[in-house]
Amino acid sequence: MERMQQIVGRARAAFRTGRSRPLEFRIQQLKALERMVQEKEKEILAALKADLNKCGPNAYSHEILGVLGELALTMEKLPSWAAPQPVKKNLLTMRDEAYINYEPLGVVLVIGAWNYPFVLVMQPLIGAIAAGNAVVVKPSEVSENTAQLLAELLPQYLDKELYPVVTGGVPETTDLLTQRFDHILYTGNTAVGKIVMAAAAKHLTPVTLELGGKSPCYIDKDCDLTVACRRITWGKYMNCGQTCIAPDYILCHPSIQDKVVENIKATLKEFYGDDVKSSPDYERIINQRHFKRVKSLLEGQKIAHGGESDEASCFIAPTILTDVSPESKVMEEEIFGPVLPIVTVKSVEEAIEFINLREKPLALYVFSNNKELIKRVISQTSSGGVTGNDVIMHFFLSTLPFGGVGHSGMGAYHGKHSFETFSHRRSCLIKDLKMESTNKMRYPPGSQKKVDWAKFFLLKRFNKARIGLFVLALLGVMAAVMIKGHLYFDPILSSYFVPTSLQKMDTKGEEEELRVPP
Amino acid sequence: MSLPRAITFSMETGSSFQQLGMQQALEPLRQQLPGCGKCSTMDGDPGKDLGKAVGCSGGSGIGKGPVPMVCSTPCGNPYAGLVSHLRASWLSGKTRPMEYRVAQLEALGRFLDDKKQEILEATELDMGKPSFEAFFSEILLCKNELNVTLNNLYHWMKDEHVDKNLVMQLDSAFIRKDPYGVVLIIAPWNYPIHLFLVPLIGAIAAGNCAIIKPSEISKNTERLVAETLSCYLDTDCFAVVTGGVPETTSLLENKFDYIFFTGSPTVGRIVMTAAAKHLTPVTLELGGKNPCYVSDICDVTNVARRVAWGRFFNAGQTCIAPDYLLCTIEMQEKLMPALREAIMEFFGPNPRESPDFGRIVSDKQFRRLQALLSSGRVALGGQTDEAERYIAPTVLADVLPSDPAMQEEIFGPILPIVVIANMDEAIDFINARPRPLALYAFSCDSKIVNQVLERTSSGGFCGNDTLMQVTLTSLPFGGIGNSGLGKYHGKFTFDTFTHHRGCLHRNMGLETLNGPRYPPYTQQKLGLLTTTFEVKRRGTCTLL
Repeated sequence: MERMQQIVGRARAAFRTGRSRPLEFRIQQLKALERMVQEKEKEILAALKADLNKCGPNAYSHEILGVLGELALTMEKLPSWAAPQPVKKNLLTMRDEAYINYEPLGVVLVIGAWNYPFVLVMQPLIGAIAAGNAVVVKPSEVSENTAQLLAELLPQYLDKELYPVVTGGVPETTDLLTQRFDHILYTGNTAVGKIVMAAAAKHLTPVTLELGGKSPCYIDKDCDLTVACRRITWGKYMNCGQTCIAPDYILCHPSIQDKVVENIKATLKEFYGDDVKSSPDYERIINQRHFKRVKSLLEGQKIAHGGESDEASCFIAPTILTDVSPESKVMEEEIFGPVLPIVTVKSVEEAIEFINLREKPLALYVFSNNKELIKRVISQTSSGGVTGNDVIMHFFLSTLPFGGVGHSGMGAYHGKHSFETFSHRRSCLIKDLKMESTNKMRYPPGSQKKVDWAKFFLLKRFNKARIGLFVLALLGVMAAVMIKGHLYFDPILSSYFVPTSLQKMDTKGEEEELRVPP
Repeated sequence: MSLPRAITFSMETGSSFQQLGMQQALEPLRQQLPGCGKCSTMDGDPGKDLGKAVGCSGGSGIGKGPVPMVCSTPCGNPYAGLVSHLRASWLSGKTRPMEYRVAQLEALGRFLDDKKQEILEATELDMGKPSFEAFFSEILLCKNELNVTLNNLYHWMKDEHVDKNLVMQLDSAFIRKDPYGVVLIIAPWNYPIHLFLVPLIGAIAAGNCAIIKPSEISKNTERLVAETLSCYLDTDCFAVVTGGVPETTSLLENKFDYIFFTGSPTVGRIVMTAAAKHLTPVTLELGGKNPCYVSDICDVTNVARRVAWGRFFNAGQTCIAPDYLLCTIEMQEKLMPALREAIMEFFGPNPRESPDFGRIVSDKQFRRLQALLSSGRVALGGQTDEAERYIAPTVLADVLPSDPAMQEEIFGPILPIVVIANMDEAIDFINARPRPLALYAFSCDSKIVNQVLERTSSGGFCGNDTLMQVTLTSLPFGGIGNSGLGKYHGKFTFDTFTHHRGCLHRNMGLETLNGPRYPPYTQQKLGLLTTTFEVKRRGTCTLL
């Protein structure tokens, strides 16, 4: 407990010095991070190999490439993201400055997951650094080699006080969560997500929860099954099925079920050869516990392909289950392993209903040559994200927000969305201390006249038909003001259409102040 | 407070929404457990039609209309039926078309127009809200939000197409603005119409169904809303639930898809903890002590007017009101006569008689505020009258940071002045405390204003004025840290109630382009990926 307090306290003290705020500092830290990834590529790949049996090219494209891309994007765009954003003003505030300032939240906690142990820590970290926060990094203890490596490497390249790494398991994380943070980003499962959010509630800390769920994949009859199945096979069996946005199960018409199985079988052979176990491109289940869990999902199911396993090496072959009952165990929990159940539905309506009856998934996939059908599925369902005619790929487009909804999580990140997640948008209005007469209408004592003025200044629903009316009203108001004899005629009339001239609707007494240069 | 309220809730308030809800809730229960909660029905139309008849015909009659359902003891989860009814409506997709949303929003506009007088009367009864203030905050600002929403809804709803990378040039990538589902809006008593209506506008605009829980403390407004809103909105999709702590507690047991809460940090924690059980995202609009720094170089008269206006608006019961002043001892001397003059100008020699000065909402709040008057020395005002719940516009001078008035959010017409030596001390003072919802700085020197802005953190910031930052619908309104999380107003309200769903619609052809990502992996494929990637580094997007 004390140790965590110390670590977070040190990070907070470092944040309070304000050194994480300047743009130059953030970019310099991001550059250091990029240098780390480039210089320590071999070490990172080795750790991933040890944790998940990820082969080199595989690990590189899944974990390193994305991080380098995110870094390059963030460093390039950061100045424009972080710039104050001026907003529209109303007549009352025409002369004032009104803008949104993107400010760091403070000390952010990033809790990573074990399935992509490097990228799921690094991507949020990049966003949090870019937004100017201090970050406490907690990699998953399950992928211990990567966790150890991150704990070693990050302090070598980044500011040690601002970006500490905490390693450890459940007790350490529990201790950590008693501390006060200004934002928590957690990637993991739904049960722990609830615990994280409840802990965050004690300190009113906003959370981003990246959870999982059973992501459905609907295959329409009208579709190129060869291509569809190749894409699905890739997404389902990459990382041995341990991907949060992997297609969890297939929904299709009974008449194409056999063809789907045939096509996936053929693709598996193409990808991993005849002996999957010896393919360098096929990963393993992370540990014995998960091995047993995934294995138990096969019980009582019709195995159309695969099903072989080896407990010693946590190997489970790519498996396809057919005619799966919606009530079976494999359809109740997120599979998170190389097991692909096929549930048959009679129509797209039934598929939509099937999806809507369950918790909102993290991702949704639809394959069809019919664009209208894809559009329909998208608009009649809800999910974190969608890819039509492919799987996983929406994750890789950093302009799209990545996140869940309902049981699959809340909040989103990637690219600019990360920056926004870790920033507070502070609304700023800087008024002039002069021009008091325009303020008078809002001060007591109240009167109907003041109400009308306030209406005029604040209500603004001008559609084209009403613009004429508005101009008339404006003229009327001008006339009313001028009749009162408080104003010069000429400046008002000559600059009539320039809204700033409205500031000149002041009493004579303050006319002088107008001449003071701002 | 809450117990009698609960009884009123079930026995007499003719809220058609509730009736609908209760009926939905109890129908299955009655089947299982006859006699549970002494439920009885009136014969006749289903709840919805009855509800329409009750709410719309009875202009003033509370409880005059037929009461179709009476449930006097809580049985299980009384709101489960209501929530599932709304969820079924939401799943039917009826709230999604733009025409539906516009029709509901326009109905809200009619509600504001038709019930203007009733709203002014109810808020006057609840806390003596001056009609000018009530009109400005409860009606004008709401209309403003409504019109901004109606003007822009089409653009806000549209799919937002995003930049693509090389491999995806033939595909379509966009952000779909999906509604969340059934949302819960819990409103406080200080601006009883504004603070439920503005979130509701966004919730409707985004295509959600909503349950509104107005505060039970502003009881006249609560009744008005419960009785009349149903005449304007679709009762299958929008409901009002009334009641106190027990009702809110059982309401929170249900699963919502979003919860929007305005209130205190303590209750905010409870709401977020309850939300965590269902993984429901929340927006918490809380309060806090909003500092107001006045530098030595400024126009004292104008500062005094603007501060006094912000502090004494709604008798100080405003979450973004300047809570305390920070200035030097010289400035305190200069401000005192100016504040006296401003108060005199606004409310006359006896603010108690002024129609423009409100009252404290409840006896409990009154007593709490009275106790704060012992802080520092009373420089202006200080008079109280328990019967009327009147506290005069009060300024406390030389208040110490340890005084009672500095320990909690004041939320009343009391303005303590804490003396500091200079700006640096003021900034340290602000930063040593929880982050406020709003921060104010006054100075003729814009450098000073900017320094205060840059070296502090707060929900919002307003230089040289108070409260005005919320009148701009283009600025997000929301707290940070203890003052809340999430933001709303204008487009931000729409975004709050919208799930931004990343969508990618790929082309089925050109499978060779996907070759590099498929196993078996080779060095050559990796080279290809890296090459493509190197190109991307100068571009805008990452690439697998």
